[in-house]
Amino acid sequence: MGKWSRRAFISGGIISGGAVLFGIAIRPGNRVAKVAPLISDTNDTIFNVWLKISPNNKITVVVPHAEMGQGAHTTLAMMLADELDADWNLVEVLEAPAHKEYANYALAKGYALGDLNFPSWLVDTIDGFFLTATQAINLQITGGSTAVRTTGKFAMRVAGASTKAVLLEAAASTWNVPTDELTTKNSIIQHTESSRSAPYSEFAAIAAQLKQPVKPNLKMPDEFQIMGTNVQRLDIPSKVDGSAKFGIDARPPSLKFAAIKTAPVFGTKLKSVDEVSIQNMPGVRKVIQLDNAVAVIADGYWQAENALAALKFVFEDDGNELVEQSDIFKQFENDMNNAIKNSAEITDFQKGDINAALESANHIVEAEYRVPYLSHAPMEPMNCTAWVHDDICEIWTGSQDPLGFAAQIADALEIDVGNVLLHNEFLGGAFGRRAFSDYAIQAAKIATEVPYPIQLIWSREEDMRHDYYRQASISRFEAALDNSGIPIAWINQYVEKHDPVEAPYIPYAIDNQHIHFTESKTHVPWGFWRSVDHSLHAFFTESFIDELAFAATKDPYAYRRDLLADSPRFLHALDTAAKKSNWDSPLPDNWGRGIAIHKSFGTIVAQVIEVEVLEGRVVPRRAICAVDAGFAMHPNGMEAQMESGIVYGLTAALYSEITIQHGAVAQSNFHDYPMLRINESPIIETYIINGGEQIGGGGEPGTPAVAPALVNAIFNATGKRIRQLPIRLHDLSTKELSSKDVA
Amino acid sequence: MLTLTINEDRYDLDIDPQTPLLWVIREQVGLTGTKFGCGIAQCGACTVHLDGKPIRSCTTPVFAAVGRTVTTIEGIKNESGELHPVQQAWIEEQVPQCGYCQSGQIMSAIALLQKNPLPDDTDIDNAMRGNICRCGTYPRIRKGIQRAAKMIAIAPQKKKTIDG
Ligand code: FES
Ligand code: FES
Repeated sequence: MGKWSRRAFISGGIISGGAVLFGIAIRPGNRVAKVAPLISDTNDTIFNVWLKISPNNKITVVVPHAEMGQGAHTTLAMMLADELDADWNLVEVLEAPAHKEYANYALAKGYALGDLNFPSWLVDTIDGFFLTATQAINLQITGGSTAVRTTGKFAMRVAGASTKAVLLEAAASTWNVPTDELTTKNSIIQHTESSRSAPYSEFAAIAAQLKQPVKPNLKMPDEFQIMGTNVQRLDIPSKVDGSAKFGIDARPPSLKFAAIKTAPVFGTKLKSVDEVSIQNMPGVRKVIQLDNAVAVIADGYWQAENALAALKFVFEDDGNELVEQSDIFKQFENDMNNAIKNSAEITDFQKGDINAALESANHIVEAEYRVPYLSHAPMEPMNCTAWVHDDICEIWTGSQDPLGFAAQIADALEIDVGNVLLHNEFLGGAFGRRAFSDYAIQAAKIATEVPYPIQLIWSREEDMRHDYYRQASISRFEAALDNSGIPIAWINQYVEKHDPVEAPYIPYAIDNQHIHFTESKTHVPWGFWRSVDHSLHAFFTESFIDELAFAATKDPYAYRRDLLADSPRFLHALDTAAKKSNWDSPLPDNWGRGIAIHKSFGTIVAQVIEVEVLEGRVVPRRAICAVDAGFAMHPNGMEAQMESGIVYGLTAALYSEITIQHGAVAQSNFHDYPMLRINESPIIETYIINGGEQIGGGGEPGTPAVAPALVNAIFNATGKRIRQLPIRLHDLSTKELSSKDVA
Repeated sequence: MLTLTINEDRYDLDIDPQTPLLWVIREQVGLTGTKFGCGIAQCGACTVHLDGKPIRSCTTPVFAAVGRTVTTIEGIKNESGELHPVQQAWIEEQVPQCGYCQSGQIMSAIALLQKNPLPDDTDIDNAMRGNICRCGTYPRIRKGIQRAAKMIAIAPQKKKTIDG
């Protein structure tokens, strides 16, 4: 990854507020003048904010997303480079600075309009409107699996194609030949008739003066040269020799280190600190009191940690210290019951006539499921380096939302956002956690108290105890089956809804449905966790459909198949996973096979998991994954994301549970919040289906179907239906009647 | 004053001998490729070699490294600056995702191959279970180690054919 030159950034000035900005790649008008000083070396020609062409024909692609391991930098660069017919070997990536000009308007648009294709006459209006809206809320977020499907589609590809168009126009006029006699390949323009050819860089200066087409022709999949191939990821070489720079690796001059303790009970305040208790400890520089936390700055991090451990301080009590995990589940139950009693339920989705269906039913099946709070636990604990100097607050960190971070830091320090200079480094994992700026604000506040830069590092314990947690939840189901076992009614009530809206929806053709929920707020902070609400609802719905198959004495794959008869995309993914798993082949004793399918972020994932239950211990042996994301821009990267999502999902389903004890998180580190390790990791096979629909996400959709496929496999092996996660809470040392016995 | 040898360089440091080696490497010596993940020997992100053996530098006091050889991720290229076969294999198999755990993974993998040049998947699992990868790169770590083992195994023969 290239680096922004700080001097260029500062001397170029920061665009002052109030400027009217337009869609960069889609709207007409050349926006580059303002951004040029920020990314230009003297001899580069800037086309628009998404790319620049250097005199040596090197193309630098500016990517408005953070690299957190999902390969966004490479994939987005591929999309632009392909439309540009660029020489991939001469392509470099630069992450966009935290700057308004790069606001992720494509993301807002993708969200707001459900990723639709717009009629051309609407495009300008929509872009202008959404760009303004997005900038207003400071989005440059990497999340929601949006990099490829929104930024890639609406910005990178358009930028590549429209830049190619003006390069061709410039070449045509220079050589005085018709544009359509020109061809492009590997960053070279060729005119066969006159045997002339020249690199893009030769026409860059002229082309930059031309008006770029608003809606250039984009390639059809059969014309792709780079998209859909497995180029090597650009960030990987630096990640094998230790040279990759993460937030924690920032080393500004005279750096000191800070350790912090935030009030264990969420929302409580710092009451008092006895600073004298550590004043003679080695290396200690200063104790900083924040509203709800106390920090120690020292010459080294270990000294800061030791001093913090010795420091005497008291947090206030505010009543939440009395809350236990069991109280929270009790509150959920009460709120759910009361909502029904008082008809205060909020409807998610409704169709058909539930009551009539229930009356005509042959058989009613009921079940209740529970999931715990979850922590993100990325490998790199939260950290941020801050330095207040020369009227600016300079920040080094890893953020999924650098623009938002800059704005929130500015708010917290009561300074102009233009005076926050944020360097976004590689993210050592994020999974949603690094969309929240709490740690960066802490660092910035600490830095205002000292003349030197400080690096605030959260211990793993702080990281686990001050996360924004995936919600705990209860989900209740009631289904009516007709006399052939087909579901004719599906009623689902759950607690705590967040995003996305469609997470609890089912793909199955069931005529009568009522999906509804209850809000039940707790003092535990909530955050986006890889796949967000899909992470719980896929477990609920895909477990319950398995229970219905069992009640109907049908094979769970065949049962789903019947209910998906009118959904060819789902069927194709389901069939692929089942076939690749040899669904009907017998398994050894104590082994089981489970299936699940779920669509999230536009991508359908079907998984079959095989487990062995060894003296009560669950060992996932094999995971087969069929994924239809419309089109896989980088198939190897898509596979990597599926592997990653599966391991993440297995960790959560088998082990993960954050519990509240005396108002605070009980878990603290990897010994009591364990991670799946390599010896527990199954063989993973991924099969990519390029279904040709709208492109879906890759970073999140691998996770949701894992938990249900796994519990369904355990049921198949043992006859034990697990309705509460994590799985390790359950005794699986004995067997009951299972799907094996009926199928 | 205490003297350390890291990647064949000598460092004279004025430091509390109890300081974990991890922080000395990252802060005093300034090599940031070795990472902090848990601080309690649970994750392996801080793995370095002490006299060729993998250790958790977050729980190893710096005095324990005095008079011994410390090797970090920055010190495993060969004299001509070529990547170690494990690093090359990691690129070929496209192992890293976020990359944060990978210095530790690579150091553990190199130590494994030094002890056992042809490990099977069970050997790999046993040697690598101390290194957590939250991004779930385990299937590729297995492939990476297998590939590196092959590269190391054929390397001397290649040399012979060139010589001959
Ligand atoms: S940081 Fe040393 S093992 Fe985790
Ligand atoms: S690559 Fe991210 S933790 Fe291993």
